[in-house]
Amino acid sequence: MMTLTLESLRHDKRAAIIATALMGLALAAFPFMVGSTLGNSWLRIIDFAMLYIMLALGLNIVVGFAGLLDMGYIAFYAVGAYLYALLASPHFGLHLPIWLIIPAGAALAGLFGALLGAPTLRLRGDYLAIVTLGFGEIVRIFMNNLNSPVNITNGPQGISGIDPIQMGGITLAKPLSVLGFTVPSLHAYYYLFLALALFIVFVTIRLENSRIGRAWVAIREDEVAAKACGINTRNIKLLAFTMGASFGGVAGGLFAGFQGFVSPESFNLMESVMVLCMVVLGGMGNIPGVILGGVLLTILPEIFRHGAGPVQTAIFGKILLDPEALRMLLFGLALIVVMLYRPAGIWPSTTRRREFRGESSDVLKEGE
Amino acid sequence: MMGANLLEARNIAKHFGGVKALTDVSLSIRKGEIYGLIGPNGAGKTTFFNVLTGLYHPDGGELIFAGDKLKASAPHLAAKCGIARTFQNIRLFGNMSAMENVMVGRHVRTHAGVIGAVLHDSRTRREEAAIRRRAEELLHYVNIADRADDLARHLSYGDQRRLEIARALATDPKLLALDEPAAGMNGTETEGLRTLIEGIRSDGITVLLIEHDVKLVMGLCDRVAVLDYGEKICEDVPSVVQKDPKVIEAYLGGSLA
Repeated sequence: MMTLTLESLRHDKRAAIIATALMGLALAAFPFMVGSTLGNSWLRIIDFAMLYIMLALGLNIVVGFAGLLDMGYIAFYAVGAYLYALLASPHFGLHLPIWLIIPAGAALAGLFGALLGAPTLRLRGDYLAIVTLGFGEIVRIFMNNLNSPVNITNGPQGISGIDPIQMGGITLAKPLSVLGFTVPSLHAYYYLFLALALFIVFVTIRLENSRIGRAWVAIREDEVAAKACGINTRNIKLLAFTMGASFGGVAGGLFAGFQGFVSPESFNLMESVMVLCMVVLGGMGNIPGVILGGVLLTILPEIFRHGAGPVQTAIFGKILLDPEALRMLLFGLALIVVMLYRPAGIWPSTTRRREFRGESSDVLKEGE
Repeated sequence: MMGANLLEARNIAKHFGGVKALTDVSLSIRKGEIYGLIGPNGAGKTTFFNVLTGLYHPDGGELIFAGDKLKASAPHLAAKCGIARTFQNIRLFGNMSAMENVMVGRHVRTHAGVIGAVLHDSRTRREEAAIRRRAEELLHYVNIADRADDLARHLSYGDQRRLEIARALATDPKLLALDEPAAGMNGTETEGLRTLIEGIRSDGITVLLIEHDVKLVMGLCDRVAVLDYGEKICEDVPSVVQKDPKVIEAYLGGSLA
C-alpha cells in the first residue's frame, strides 16, 4: 500500500505538492503537539531522534551502500562534538560562531573518516568490523586521557558550559518570539535539527541516484567486478568513509551545542552498536527505512523506560523489576523479534526485500 | 581493419610460489581480430587474463597496448586504457538491476563527483541521461532489453553472460577479453553468443577469447594461441593449429601417440 501511494505521487505533481505541504505542516506543528501532551522530556527525546537520524544516514552510506561494516562510527560523532566543545566554551575561552564550527566539525570528522578508511581498505566483513571497533574505542580513550600533560579534552570530567547554538545573535537556549509567537528553546532546536536532517536526507538521496552511489553499491556487490569496470575502489571507499563520517561530525556538533556538556562516556561502543542497529533494523540501504530505524530506536527504549514502571504497578500492584534493567531486556527482545520476522529490516528497499524473499519471483517468471 | 598490433605481450612470466603459471609467454593480437587462447585445464589461460587486466602483477615481461607500455598495476587502470573483461564464473552486481549493472560500466568514461551529484547541475543531468541512454542501447545490443529492470541475479544463466558482456562493452573497450563465455551454455545459446561476438568484432572491437569449446574457437577465431603448462606452444590460424602435433599431444597426451 505504502509503495503504491508513493508511486502515484511520483506521477501526479499536484498530489505530490499537497502531500509535501501537509507533511511540512505536520512536521512544523509536531513539537507543539508533543510539548503540550507529553511534556518537555519527550520533546528532548524527539530532538535526539533527529540527531540519530543524521547519524544513521551517515552510517548508512558506509554500511548500507558501500557494504563496509563500521563498528566505531560514534567516533565521528565524538569528533564533531568535541570540536564544538573546544571552540565554543570557556574551556579554551573560545566562542566561535556555529556556521564556522559545524562545517569545521564535518570536515574534521571527514578527515578522521579517511584516516580510518585508508589502512582498512583491504579488509572486509568481520575483519573490518574489528578494526573499526578498535578505532572507535581509541578515539574515546584519547578523549578520556588527553588531559595531561596538556589539558585538551579535560579528561573524564568532560567539558561543560558549552555555548548554546546561536545564529545571528539569537540564542536557541532561551524562548524566541517570532511574529508574536513564543517558540520555546526545545522547539527551536527541533526546527534546526529537522532542517539539517532534511538537508542530509536530500544529500543522501542525490548521492544514491548518482554515478558515485552506483559505484558504492557495485563495490558492496562484487569488489573485483567493480574494479574491472574501471572503478577506483580505493578512492570510492575512502569517499564513502569520508561522507559518512562528515554527517556524524555535523550531528556531533549539534549534540554538543544542544547538551551543553560533552564527556567521553557519551561515545562508547554501545552508541556505535545502537546506530548500527538503526541502520540494520530500519532497512539497510533504504533511506526511509533508515530514518524509521533512527526514530524507533530512539523512542522505543524511552517508552520502555517510562512505561515499565506504571505497567508493573497496574498488573502486580508494585514494581517487581527495575525499569532501567527491564528496558534493555525488552529492547533486546524487540530486536530479536524484528530480525526473525523482518530480516531485511522494517522498511527494506525493494531490492533487498526481493533478496530475502529468495527466488520466488523468478520461479514465477520462469513458469510463464 | 586488421593490421597493426593492438596488444603485444612480451615474455610474460608469472609464478605462484614454486608453481610457474606462465613462462615467457609472447603473443600479439592484431587490431580487429578475434584471437583465441586455448589450452588444457591449468595451462595458464586465466592467469594470462588476470595479468592482462591488472589483477595480477607479472613477474617478468611487458605488455604493449595500443602502442604504449601498459603499466596496468590496477584493474581500474586497465579498464581506463580500454581493456574490458568478463569472468569465467560470472561476476555481476547481483542485487542491482540489469540496467544498473550496465550503468556501472559507464563509470570509467564519466566524471560526475560528489558535488555534481548533490547539485545535480545541467552537466550532471546530461551525463546521467547519456549513461542511461547508452546502457539501454547496450541492453538492446545483447538482446536482453526486456529484462532491464530485473535483478541481475534473477536472470537466466545465458542472459547473465550477455549482461556481463554488455557491462564490459559499456566501458568503451578497444579490447574485449572474454573468459570462457560459452561455459555451461547449450547449443542454441552458444550459437547466439557466436553471432554476438562476431557483431562486436564487426563494430571494430578486438576480441580475446578463452574457450574450452574447441568447435566455437576454431569456427570463430582468426588466430589461435595454445598454452600448455604456462608456455605458448603454438600460435597460428585455426586450420594450422588443429594439425599441429604439439597441440594434439597437449590435448590427448603424448605417450599414447
